Amino acid sequence: MTRPGDLAHHTLAVLVENRAGVLARVADLFARRGYNIVSLAVAPTSDERFSRITIVVDVESSPLEQIVKQLFKLINVVEIVELAPSESVERELIIATVSAPKSIRSQVVELVNIFEGKILAVSSEQMTVSLDGSPRKIDDFEALMVDYGIVEVQRSGRIALPKIGQIAPRLSAVEA
Amino acid sequence: MRMNGGQALIKSLELEGTEIIFGYPGGAILPVYDPIIDSGIRHILARHEQGAGHMAEGYAHATGRPGVFMVTSGPAATNAVTPLADAYLDSVPMVCITGQVGLAAIGTDAFQEVDTTGITRSITKHNILVTRAEDIPRALKEAFYIATTGRPGPVLVDIPKNIVDATNPDAYFEFEYPDSVDLPGYKPDVPVDEAAVAAAITLMLAAERPVLYVGGGVLKSRGADILRTLAEIVQMPVVTTLMARGAFPDSHELNLGMPGMHGNYTAISALQKADLLVAMGSRFDDRVTGKVGAFAPDAKIIHVDIDPAEHGKVRRPDVPIVGDCRVVMENMVIQLNAVGGADAFGDRSAWRQQLSGWQEKFPLTYEPSAPGELLKPQFVMEKLRDGCPSDTIVASGVGREGESPSQYWKFDHPYTWINSGGLGTMGFSIPAAIGAKAAFPDRMVWAVDGDGCFQMTAQELVTASVNKIPVKIALLNNAYLGMVRQWQEMFYENRYSEVYLSHDMPDYVKWAESMGCAAFRVEDSDEVEAVIAKANAINDRPVVVEFRCHSEEKVFPMVAAGASNDDVIVDPSQAALLQSERLHQAGSQKETLR
Ligand SMILES: Cc1ncc(C[n+]2csc(CCOP(=O)(O)OP(=O)(O)O)c2C)c(N)n1
Ligand SMILES: [Mg+2]
Repeated sequence: MTRPGDLAHHTLAVLVENRAGVLARVADLFARRGYNIVSLAVAPTSDERFSRITIVVDVESSPLEQIVKQLFKLINVVEIVELAPSESVERELIIATVSAPKSIRSQVVELVNIFEGKILAVSSEQMTVSLDGSPRKIDDFEALMVDYGIVEVQRSGRIALPKIGQIAPRLSAVEA
Repeated sequence: MRMNGGQALIKSLELEGTEIIFGYPGGAILPVYDPIIDSGIRHILARHEQGAGHMAEGYAHATGRPGVFMVTSGPAATNAVTPLADAYLDSVPMVCITGQVGLAAIGTDAFQEVDTTGITRSITKHNILVTRAEDIPRALKEAFYIATTGRPGPVLVDIPKNIVDATNPDAYFEFEYPDSVDLPGYKPDVPVDEAAVAAAITLMLAAERPVLYVGGGVLKSRGADILRTLAEIVQMPVVTTLMARGAFPDSHELNLGMPGMHGNYTAISALQKADLLVAMGSRFDDRVTGKVGAFAPDAKIIHVDIDPAEHGKVRRPDVPIVGDCRVVMENMVIQLNAVGGADAFGDRSAWRQQLSGWQEKFPLTYEPSAPGELLKPQFVMEKLRDGCPSDTIVASGVGREGESPSQYWKFDHPYTWINSGGLGTMGFSIPAAIGAKAAFPDRMVWAVDGDGCFQMTAQELVTASVNKIPVKIALLNNAYLGMVRQWQEMFYENRYSEVYLSHDMPDYVKWAESMGCAAFRVEDSDEVEAVIAKANAINDRPVVVEFRCHSEEKVFPMVAAGASNDDVIVDPSQAALLQSERLHQAGSQKETLR
């Protein structure tokens, strides 16, 4: 099975104007043109006029060039930067509630410690744990937790920045 | 000046130069209708919101200026969806104002509340839900700017009732109209890439079988004049797509006419056999390319379009050029003249001969009706074309008869042809013709409509009568949804399913007269010319001429959906000739392979 961290993907950081409905416009565009989103994260930027949407798209489903050009047609899209996985630091957060009765609780705690995760809550039967890290590391952690029985899980979708000293290419709708 | 949101909206339209609002009032938009009484803007009350929208489109097609239409919330906004989609697919500049329930009621499933911006998001270039009265001028400024720049398109502005309500103290503010927009993500002006133009010219100089494949973008950029200069310098044959009829004179010797599903044999085949296509404001629509993998297999592609997303969407260009067609062509002409102009081009007479050979062998043709038989639409179109001034504006419907003017009319002027190319909306032509005639009261405007189309929007003839907009309608009554019938005949073994309408029900003459029109019925070929002359002499009312047409007539040529352009089906009378032409071509291909 392919896991989210394995997918051949493109990560686009899309700077948008903070106007009503802008997220829906971006999401609609992907839905209507048949592009697959692997994950999507939205957050404000230091400039309150803009937000950044970090979109991971799966390369198979979607010609990147068309995605970028169609995104640029949205009036509120200001800038698009491609964060190539090899030239970026990527992070994702997972929160999982796993089944952890007394008999195996210490095993779960041990794994969480090995991965340098955190224990957020404990009850007699379950435990909620969290971990941030590279998407691959999150995949590995999630796979191990499956053995104990995941009750609920939530992943944040990845966010990324260029590695220090690297300048991520600003894309343009017009080929150079 | 202090005013309320409703007054500000009308004031903003005035400042944008709006002459006519096509519209229909209702609860949520009521406060905006009140200041219309005091405004110099003419309002034309349609009989259905779809009609208002198509009128605005017709106005925009004919004038190049943005069409404005205004409707209320809920069912009116959903009625506006079709013309918005139509304008979106054909890149028609348009501003649509919709009323909306008050802000406090939004999201509560209030009476006549629909999520208008949500519904129209994918069929508008942009849309805006305004939430404060003082934002109305900025929203209108942005709407007009976005609708008319770059690749034009419809922009919708949704206005909650409370912000235009004269009884709401919060709806008042000090009016000031912005003189510029602040849209950091929208930069429609791209400088011409002169190196790309130079690369394009290198390809043009090398080409032996070039074709200028002209689309609606040339008309949108007001580029008809420079197109002619360019075509003449390069001596390049021209095809004009359904959206570009009139962009290049049909009477010009370089014009091959219209390619595509119902184009003519020579235009279709010229694209197929070309070694260079200069795609100018055209978008490789599936109705032009046929099966994409088999389209123009030997051609290099120069693709000029203001929308970079068109480059490589269907066919990857060898030289993409982003920019306004007119500006790019101007630059091409300068660079061409610098390398010697027309003299720089070698002998292409072999190509020209091949094309004129096809034109001789495979002209548009049809079997005239036998005595006593009903009319042929092609014949009616020829007579209508010959009986009207050459600057007549023609709006067409969709279907078998809708195709007939695009084939049989002679377009010698830009902006004389109005149609719904992208969406193919039945019911488009009557309101679109009304919009064009409202813009140009002194020009002759004909709508050519099928009987199915006519029944979709005929009520707008009441609008035309009441508002003294004397359009003329050629109603080609073949008693069928003829185009669908043709497909059932050709691809469903003559199994006719739900396509019969009737010649006599309704009585079109009585119906037209009841709407204030002059009306005539013609059944005999001999009467056609005289009735057209009679219709053209009437200027005080709309005229409907019902031409009783043959039910079994089909449109040829035809490229079946999904088929290759190489497999174009010609008129049955030319089929044997085409068969031998194909054998001959296959033979000479083998020879060159050897
Ligand atoms: C709104 C809409 N509904 C359905 C169609 C599908 N359609 C295309 S052509 C056609 C038949 C049109 O009939 P008519 O107006 O009588 O023209 P004819 O083909 O008979 O000349 C139909 C139903 C359409 N294009 N638009
Ligand atoms: Mg019909």
